[in-house]
Amino acid sequence: MGAAPTPERIVVVGAGLAGLRGAEAIRAAGFRGALTIVGAEPHRPYDRPPLSKHVLTGQIPAEASQLPSRLGRDVTWRLGVDVRRLDREGRQLHLSDGGSLPYDRLLIATGTRARPWIHADEAALRNVFTIRTREDAAGLRAALVAKPKRVLVIGAGFIGCEVAAVCRELDLPVSLIDPSPSPLARVLGHTVGAYIGEIHRGRGVAMRFGSEVAHLEGANDRVTGARLKDGEVLEAEVVVIALGAVRNTEWLDGSGLSADGGGVDCDARGFVLDEGLRPDPSIAAAGDVARFPHPLYGGRRVALEHWGHAVAQADHAGRLLAGADTPAAYAALPNFWSVQGDMVVKSVGLTDGADAVAIVQGDPAQRRFIAVYGRAGRCVAALAVDSARWLPAYAESVASAAPFPPAGAATDRPLREIEIREPGFA
Amino acid sequence: MADDTLLKQVKDFANRANPYPVYARLRQNPVSLQDDGTPEGTWVAASHGAIASLLGDPRVSSETLPPADRPRTGNPIKDYLIKPIKDRITDHHRPFIFRDPPDHDALRAAVMHQFTRERVQGMRARSDKLVAELLDAKRDAHRFDAVDDLAYPLPVTVICELFGVPREDEPRFHDWATQLATALEPDSLSNDETRAENSRTFDAIADYMADLIKDKRRHPKDDMLSGLANETTPGGVKVGDYDLIATSVLMLVAGHETTVNLITNGLLTLLRHPDELAKLKADPARAPRVIEELLRYEPPVQFRTRTTLSPIDIAGVTIPEGADLLLLLAAGNRDATVFPEPDRFDPDRTGTRHLGFGGSLHYCVGAPLARFEAEAALTALALRLKAPRLVEDPPPYRPGAALRGPQHLHVAIEGME
Repeated sequence: MGAAPTPERIVVVGAGLAGLRGAEAIRAAGFRGALTIVGAEPHRPYDRPPLSKHVLTGQIPAEASQLPSRLGRDVTWRLGVDVRRLDREGRQLHLSDGGSLPYDRLLIATGTRARPWIHADEAALRNVFTIRTREDAAGLRAALVAKPKRVLVIGAGFIGCEVAAVCRELDLPVSLIDPSPSPLARVLGHTVGAYIGEIHRGRGVAMRFGSEVAHLEGANDRVTGARLKDGEVLEAEVVVIALGAVRNTEWLDGSGLSADGGGVDCDARGFVLDEGLRPDPSIAAAGDVARFPHPLYGGRRVALEHWGHAVAQADHAGRLLAGADTPAAYAALPNFWSVQGDMVVKSVGLTDGADAVAIVQGDPAQRRFIAVYGRAGRCVAALAVDSARWLPAYAESVASAAPFPPAGAATDRPLREIEIREPGFA
Repeated sequence: MADDTLLKQVKDFANRANPYPVYARLRQNPVSLQDDGTPEGTWVAASHGAIASLLGDPRVSSETLPPADRPRTGNPIKDYLIKPIKDRITDHHRPFIFRDPPDHDALRAAVMHQFTRERVQGMRARSDKLVAELLDAKRDAHRFDAVDDLAYPLPVTVICELFGVPREDEPRFHDWATQLATALEPDSLSNDETRAENSRTFDAIADYMADLIKDKRRHPKDDMLSGLANETTPGGVKVGDYDLIATSVLMLVAGHETTVNLITNGLLTLLRHPDELAKLKADPARAPRVIEELLRYEPPVQFRTRTTLSPIDIAGVTIPEGADLLLLLAAGNRDATVFPEPDRFDPDRTGTRHLGFGGSLHYCVGAPLARFEAEAALTALALRLKAPRLVEDPPPYRPGAALRGPQHLHVAIEGME
């Protein structure tokens, strides 16, 4: 494919955090042509992190999380519209309302959706929720206000842990169920996951680890509980499905781009790749849906579902499409946070492939610690539980691939020698 | 090779009125090893980036005080039985400004728990009233000492009332506080005589506080010391007696020795920038901007000391383990990479990344008090002083290089509004 002509029309597909920040970057970089944002939801871009926290506790209403925007009136919003198909040959998008939308440059920021419960008929029962949209959160909030006798959260990832913690804050009985041996085991490993699990247990969350739900049960179209694979039945008036996210890439089928359920592939700069792994210089991707080679991790291709990453990568991609100067490779250090009741979990780097972990400050028994993850003798990630103030220092060790474990003494060290442990990834 | 005599110049009293040219030379190396008279020297961080990074570095410790060593009296019972116990208690119950996590966090949290919204708001209103009273007393004067007449008595009264120290006992604190504040001046700690005097002073103030705490337990009132003495922290712990004494001594000394400099440096700066004084008078709502810029431009605490628990690579140098570290906050505040035209006093700057209150876990606990006290004082001075004029510029300075500010600030006026 030859060099793209000077763009007159830029289209952003996806009206979430990445879409908004990408559009802002396009304008900030000086693009004065037609800018269109297409979004499947009927709303202007809103912030999702509060949906599993403050919206559920009732501190803010679901509709209060609209994102502030620097965009002016010179933007066309196509909201409540899905993109059905991308026609790269004809440089146009086919929309769910039957229309089509031509583009010169395209930003793909379609993000993810909640992974649905495996049985659609059971997922349709009343009081079964996933959490992705404003409506999801409003519905769950209403169900929690009705003081259910028990809430069952299926899946102990970050969203599952956050929801379980909210239930305890609301003084609702809650069970957290996951086939893993501890919460957050996939991302943090069993060793650290077990520490966090202990904190939740201490807050009164009933833990059902190593258990798997086979079916949801209902009566009169309303969920009544869950049947486990071993036949046991757990009663619950509200069930929250927290099984992670699915990337929204189906609309790219047939476009000739390299995309699957793990995201759409990009090169180091942020341009999407076609099936021959050649970059398409008129299309970039950003946010949850973009899978890109991360220079800090040896060029391993990753797709990150992190808030700060959506902002940083969208800014990068927006500038790239608008023709502004950008670094040769997007290389921001991954980081995320999760508020679980009164506990704040923050992390930098990627734990994928870590072969060791060490508690380097604080004490898990005191519910406050820093864990550093190592891979082949170098620091690859750090996790802070109620100790985020130290994280910048460890971020530097991760960014510079410093030797693992971090050498030397620090304040608030565990009393014994630093113990290097198996991280416990499945 | 960097000039290693610059730290000596910082401490040199001759540079007290204007240390900023020396800071600028120090800043040419973000971190440099300076001669402090010892073989190891002191590592000085002078750039904003280096200081901010070291303030939040877990390998940096605030436990800088040398072991307690009370002077011998010649009385064997005191010297061989009591002294070792007292020294040990002192070492284990330092004020939290000199302690690391986790102890630091628990003590700080206990104090923060007592800084209730109602108390702080109440004290804000009280400061306005105190300022009015202090200035009314000078209504017909033609000369005014900003230190003795306002900047010293205001924060002292505020901290004493907050903690519930009887007003009539306050004069005793004056000399105690001045003496104990020398703990923040690096050279005073290597001086045996000063250390001996600090010991005696600490014992005197600690005895006083122990009695006051007993009184607060018998007759609790609505003040912070009563709260600390009788309530548990949000974490469910009760502060032990020795920690409580050290903590209240810290709060009282800090209340005596820091805000005074903010107010005095503030008036001095405004009198040197009459346009800014006029703007504040015309629009008192500018006060928060003026205060934040003062905290950058003339911070009351110019530097803090730390030690390293392990080697630290930073800005092209390696600070070894066990090194003495001096974080030159006031130099970081004039770093042109963060503050364009750093030597210009400009309250209209955006952003408040100044290091005037330090940063990270030891960030000034009293910051809200300092802010509203300085707002109250400087706004009232701008509104009320008639035709103010500096009698002496530069004014005479107090000895401290870390806690830096004028000894007196005489202002000629044509009365008060």
